[in-house]
Amino acid sequence: IIFYIFSTLYFQLSFSPLVPQENAGQFFSSGHTNNWAVLVCTSRFWFNYRHVANTLSVYRSVKRLGIPDSHIVLMLADDMACNHRNPKPATVFSHKNMELNVYGDDVEVDYRGYEVTVENFLRVLTGRLPPSTPRSKRLLSDDRSNILIYLTGHGGNGFLKFQDSEEISNVELADAFEQMWQKRRYNELLFIIDTCQGASMYERFYSPNLMALASSQVGEDSLSHQPDLAIGVHLMDRYTFYLLEFLEDIHPSSKANMNDLFKVCPKSQCVSTPGHRTDLFLRDPGSALITDFFGSVRKVEITMETINLTEPIQQRQKETYSYVDQLPVSEIIHQKPKQKDWHPPDGFILGLWTLILLVFFKTYGMKHLKHIF
Amino acid sequence: MGLLSDPNRRRALISLLTRLNAPICVVCYMAGVAWFMGLAFEPFTLRTYMSENAMGSTMVEERFPAGERALGTGREFSAHKKKAGGMPVDWLVKTMQSRGLEVFTQRFSRRLPFPDEDKERYMVKGTNVYGILRAPRAPRTEALVLSAPCSPGDDNNQAVGVLLGLAQYFRNQVFWAKDIIFLVNEHDLIGMQAWLEGYHHTNTTGMDWSPLQGRGGSIQAALSLELSSDVVTSLDLVLEGLNGQLPNLDLANLFYAFCQKIGVLCTTQGKLQRNDWDSVSGYSHAVQTMMLMVMKQASGRPWGDHGLFLRYHIEAATIKGINSFRQYKTDATTIGRLLEGMYRKLNNLLERLHQSYFFYLMPSLSHFVSIGYYMPAFGLLALILLLRVSFQPRLLTTYLLTDGVPGVLSVLTPLVISHLTGVALYTLPIHFQEIAVEHFPVSETEAVVLTAIAVYTAGLALPHNTHRLLTGRGTENGWKVLKLVAVLYLAVLLGCTALINFSLGFILALTLVPVAAFVTPDVPKALSAFIMVILSPACTLLFSVFLFQELQEMPVSFLDGWMLYLSVISQGILDHALYGSLVYPLVALLVYPCWLLFWNILFWK
Repeated sequence: IIFYIFSTLYFQLSFSPLVPQENAGQFFSSGHTNNWAVLVCTSRFWFNYRHVANTLSVYRSVKRLGIPDSHIVLMLADDMACNHRNPKPATVFSHKNMELNVYGDDVEVDYRGYEVTVENFLRVLTGRLPPSTPRSKRLLSDDRSNILIYLTGHGGNGFLKFQDSEEISNVELADAFEQMWQKRRYNELLFIIDTCQGASMYERFYSPNLMALASSQVGEDSLSHQPDLAIGVHLMDRYTFYLLEFLEDIHPSSKANMNDLFKVCPKSQCVSTPGHRTDLFLRDPGSALITDFFGSVRKVEITMETINLTEPIQQRQKETYSYVDQLPVSEIIHQKPKQKDWHPPDGFILGLWTLILLVFFKTYGMKHLKHIF
Repeated sequence: MGLLSDPNRRRALISLLTRLNAPICVVCYMAGVAWFMGLAFEPFTLRTYMSENAMGSTMVEERFPAGERALGTGREFSAHKKKAGGMPVDWLVKTMQSRGLEVFTQRFSRRLPFPDEDKERYMVKGTNVYGILRAPRAPRTEALVLSAPCSPGDDNNQAVGVLLGLAQYFRNQVFWAKDIIFLVNEHDLIGMQAWLEGYHHTNTTGMDWSPLQGRGGSIQAALSLELSSDVVTSLDLVLEGLNGQLPNLDLANLFYAFCQKIGVLCTTQGKLQRNDWDSVSGYSHAVQTMMLMVMKQASGRPWGDHGLFLRYHIEAATIKGINSFRQYKTDATTIGRLLEGMYRKLNNLLERLHQSYFFYLMPSLSHFVSIGYYMPAFGLLALILLLRVSFQPRLLTTYLLTDGVPGVLSVLTPLVISHLTGVALYTLPIHFQEIAVEHFPVSETEAVVLTAIAVYTAGLALPHNTHRLLTGRGTENGWKVLKLVAVLYLAVLLGCTALINFSLGFILALTLVPVAAFVTPDVPKALSAFIMVILSPACTLLFSVFLFQELQEMPVSFLDGWMLYLSVISQGILDHALYGSLVYPLVALLVYPCWLLFWNILFWK
């Protein structure tokens, strides 16, 4: 028996020098090396205070989990902290009774005020910026970047309103992401949108490695959470409020995964039905950690031994895509065929025929009807 | 051979209209009146709702604490007012300055065309005092106004006290995005007119005022406060302004929303809302409220100090505190909170109020009827005039061909003479008041009014004299042309009036359209003359005065009513001279000559 114990011990000990080498293979399994975040608030005016507070809350969580300002592109369409109507200047609160101030002196806004336009947003995503654009305004991602994109504001079925004067449609957004894929500007992309009918914005995506979450389905409105009686506005939207609560429990070494994120804000809390889309995402959502997108987690494994990395690291088998052989677009765009509402025939033709008939009968009188029938 | 229509059918339609013209006219008239009455029926009205997004669902906890101190300030104001015998300018300036406002004064003076017996003034000299609360962080581009009148006697002391209390409270807040101007105006409307003219650099009424030293930005909204008691049982909202103009309905919606939030009883036209719309008494209550609004709008006078702001496209309303015999009293702190809430919401405005209706009628504070619903009532009445016109095809050309120049002359003459009489009615009363005072033992005001009535009655004798002027007969068919012209003239006149001031147009239409439709030289003279006089503008005014008193549940005896009628005429003339109200010139220069034309037709032979 002692011999048996010794032999198992021997076998275990003999394994340990090999383990770091195998772990090294697993070490590079998640596929991304850096994290970026693009956080956009698209609405202005004092009564849209909650959209700025939404964006700043996500900014706060993302920064807390490790993404530095140099890797965050923050676009705020209006300045609520310094708005004349703010009874507490230089603050933006996300909880009523002013419990949590998400503004502060370390908030770096990259695009502010009227610079937040559809054109600028698309240029940031696709990288087509004039050469004079400073680095802080660029999304300098590469093919190993995981990007988090968060949009909030007023939206409708298939569009998002920017600044009360223009809109971005879901088709434009899908095309922008396709451009990013073709230029190898992302490894995986998480898209979160908190607007009315938000699910319509991710309906048209067709590029691989996209995961999307929205606060409400088509035909539903996303509701705001709570008003503050001293400030006089609603402070946050429900979805982002519960998202913030969820994220406050996440720390950089947390192993929570995307399936937990999908459970944030069920219908009982949100009144609207949040939705998500994972069919374009190649990994299993359960294996994607929250910190893969929200944090900038450096993987560190401490070992006391030297490791001989003589063999090439076996990466997880990933099918390499040639340019043309990407996931066939026709397979991806499996949108449900929209019920075509019956529309009456073209108004002009109808009007023209009515006019002709009227003139005929007026001129020749009704009694001529019997000649026709 | 008609190209697009069948001439047989056309002729059939025309003959149908010609045969049934009178019955169709009667049916239209009944339908118009019934439509108007039906406007107050609650299922036909809409509930009021807030249309402006910026004033929407945000809610603030109002925290105004100093109601009692405000009343104390009001008592101080009253004492100083008695001591100064008018506006206590120095005390007001000192008090406003101590509250941190930028204070300025404006002097104004005006000689009225004749003494105003209701308010007992003739040479008016006064001072307005106003303090500007500058927005702490905003550029000085927009402003809000809160005003309280400085009235003689014991009135409106509490209003000034609440105004000063609110000024102190507002000064401590940092969230104002617009300047707030706290205005105390003397001699109510005259002072307000002087202030507004000085603020906007216009001078439309010939008043003397000193220029304003301090100014805010462009005024977005204004509220005028009238409060004469320490506690109130209800708050009344007054909307009607100069020339029947109304503020944007969103202002009324805002007031109603805050009344509901704070739990204060709120009324409009001084009448409380009732819930039993399906009972007869409930419906008649709504009709009474709506009729009061119609009559107030038709009079064209501003019914509160706010009425003069509307001309400058500033939405304004007056809030009156009413203390009647009810158990539940609201104190000054609550009123202050209501105003604080309203001003915080107005503070959030990004543009002028324009999302809601500008033309509406309110049968109660929570229901309204918009222009799209009430205009058909007038349209049906105007339709009668058009039916009457279409009755006479190809008249003008045949007339000119057969009768020639003397015929044209006999039509033009009544036109010219009627309008000259109108001009006389407009100008003579004021110009001849000195002569009248010399010769008759009456005061100037009475002289003016009695001259007006005299000119009006003299016009009745015209047709007799006109015919003596014209040599020879009034041609046989001349009256038809005159009637055509007169009916068209009346239709255009009433249409334009109804667009600007629906109530005035509708009331005039109610009485003048039957006259226009049925008068011919062939009807029995004595009876129709009597009916025409009853339906003339002057008698309409007389009946309206009695009806107005009835609706306000203060019925008057005939003698009191007659005195009230005379004072209404004098006030109408004064309104025109002082503020530019258009009702008096409209009636004197356009409606009265039109009526005279029909009088001429009646006495054609």
